[in-house]
Amino acid sequence: MSGTSSVGWIDIVVILAYLLATGYLGWLGYRGTRSAADFLVGGRSAHPIIMAVSYGATFISTAAIVGFGGVAGLFGMSLLWLTFLNIGVGILIAFIVLGEPTRRLGHHLGAHTFPELLGLRYQSRGLQVFAGAIIFLCMPLYAAAVMTGGAVFAATQFGIDFEVALLIFALVTAAYVIPGGLKAVMYTDTFQGFVMVIAMVFLLWFTYSSLGGVTEAHQYLTDLANMVPPPLQQMGHQGWTAMPAFGWGAPSYDLWWTVITAIILGVGIGVLAQPQLIVRFMTVRSRRELDRAVPIGAIFIMLMTGTPFLVGSLSNAWFAQHGPILHGKVIAEIEPAKDRALVELMKKSDSGEWATIVSPKTNKPATASMIVSEHAPAVDATGQTFDLVGGRSTAITYVKGDADQIIPVFIASALPHWFGIVFFLALLAAAMSTLSSQFHTIGTAAGRDLYERLGDKGHAREPSLLVMRLAIVAGLLIAVTISYMVRQEYVIARFTAIFFGLCAASFLPAYIGGLFFRRVTKAGALASMTVGMSVSLFWLLLIKAKEASAIGLVQWVTGGKTSLLADSPNWPSVDPIIVAFPAALLTLILVSAITRPPDAEHLNRCFPD
Amino acid sequence: MLGIDDPFVLAAYFGIIALAVLSLIYGLIRRNAARDEVTPEDRQWALEEKKVDDEI
Repeated sequence: MSGTSSVGWIDIVVILAYLLATGYLGWLGYRGTRSAADFLVGGRSAHPIIMAVSYGATFISTAAIVGFGGVAGLFGMSLLWLTFLNIGVGILIAFIVLGEPTRRLGHHLGAHTFPELLGLRYQSRGLQVFAGAIIFLCMPLYAAAVMTGGAVFAATQFGIDFEVALLIFALVTAAYVIPGGLKAVMYTDTFQGFVMVIAMVFLLWFTYSSLGGVTEAHQYLTDLANMVPPPLQQMGHQGWTAMPAFGWGAPSYDLWWTVITAIILGVGIGVLAQPQLIVRFMTVRSRRELDRAVPIGAIFIMLMTGTPFLVGSLSNAWFAQHGPILHGKVIAEIEPAKDRALVELMKKSDSGEWATIVSPKTNKPATASMIVSEHAPAVDATGQTFDLVGGRSTAITYVKGDADQIIPVFIASALPHWFGIVFFLALLAAAMSTLSSQFHTIGTAAGRDLYERLGDKGHAREPSLLVMRLAIVAGLLIAVTISYMVRQEYVIARFTAIFFGLCAASFLPAYIGGLFFRRVTKAGALASMTVGMSVSLFWLLLIKAKEASAIGLVQWVTGGKTSLLADSPNWPSVDPIIVAFPAALLTLILVSAITRPPDAEHLNRCFPD
Repeated sequence: MLGIDDPFVLAAYFGIIALAVLSLIYGLIRRNAARDEVTPEDRQWALEEKKVDDEI
């Protein structure tokens, strides 16, 4: 399916109004107080709404809305557990438990980047350089996820090719981040956050009401369980309102391990170790500001992630009720009482005969579960008459199995075109606020944590603006190249999950240890980061089948297998975080226990209270 | 309940609402509980942060 490319006068008015409002707020911001640091310098307090929405806008991007929303369309409402963790861990634990200690430690030590915070806490230049290198090398992967999400949506909404949309998106990003748009202008962030909130509320209301109400919509989706494509059923998919089948030792449990360990835990826990979010705690004025931001942050995250996960799942019900009519030939009955059948999809050729559609992925006839609503005699390519059926299917069929397309295609098909424009602008805003913080982090990692720290003969170099700018350009080019080259199954969510998992395994033990435990040593932190990073990379390159087979090293090592543990069911679906994070934590504890405790004077500086 | 039969999915659905309500209660209770004080160290940190930002 493709979106419509026509842009009417209402669309133009919506776009102009949005741009004018953003421009006006940006101008207001640049005249006076604009960033969190400005509020602090001025001794004033940012309104909790501004602080929370601005934090949320950095956290939420096209990756969450398009990428993970699409994964929910594929795997169902089990993804609501990710929203649960996003609020419980990403807001409650982050703001209440980690926020204030991070702010205080950062201010006591004068740290301005996450690697600098670790380096100063553990009195280790090497640790700062190591953390900076991980961020500089891996953050472009996450940026690529955000850019792919924006480009996929733009391509569908405006009916243009993905490559063209990606190029435009990359140019807009470059124009935004390279000349200095990096500095978060909190008023515009907040305005964009409000647009996102309104768009999400409308989207949720529209979806439920077009399906007859909350319970009716859920019930219809529950009843669609036998329409799940057979390959997903074999992995353990039990319907869009059910958890995947849980167990160990059979391929029919693979989906549970993929959804729970990679999608939910990797991202749900990994958020605590996101460098660009940790730094935001240091810009907060006081504990009171953090406390006040908790409710708004929780509501914002609930809407920004809960809505796309619900709508992604429910889009299957919407297409089954309202989607365009598909045609084909019945090859197996699913539930005759409800006219459900497995159908070989067909299309009418120019000469008027019906020909089978061949799937480019499998090179076999494309099949889909269908709710059959019409029958008619027809002639196939061989001249034989057959019973041509017409009917509707689930969202997965309409997007040809590409989960990243589910949210964009649903919005282009189901909602008014003006809403598609508003939603696109909201997504663009979400992407820009996240991308600007990502590239800011890449720039400071390269400039402050690598270039300055890797000075001549152990002496720190002077700050270099050129190095930061070059790093940002390099990061942007890498991100665009990754987006262009890699177009696989639910790649947006997978890139995001890989980056969040890497951060959790590499940084989280050392970060939390540094905040709360005086006994954690420099050697312990460095060893923990090394183990976390190494185990994660080992797992991604050689064990986790989807990633390992895409990279290709494992096939070379094993002579064609997709995982070193290909013969052991479920292991190739387990995310690195399940192994790497405990290994890193254990390393931190053991190495700290056998190495010399940190200097008491330094600890008093870190924790004067 | 609500058309969802799986108790684990229902738990997530209501768990999200419960966490949001918990967050609202927390925000209301703690609204003025913590001290709101900007120390000279905080201000010095913000000045340096502003310098780093302005450089970029």
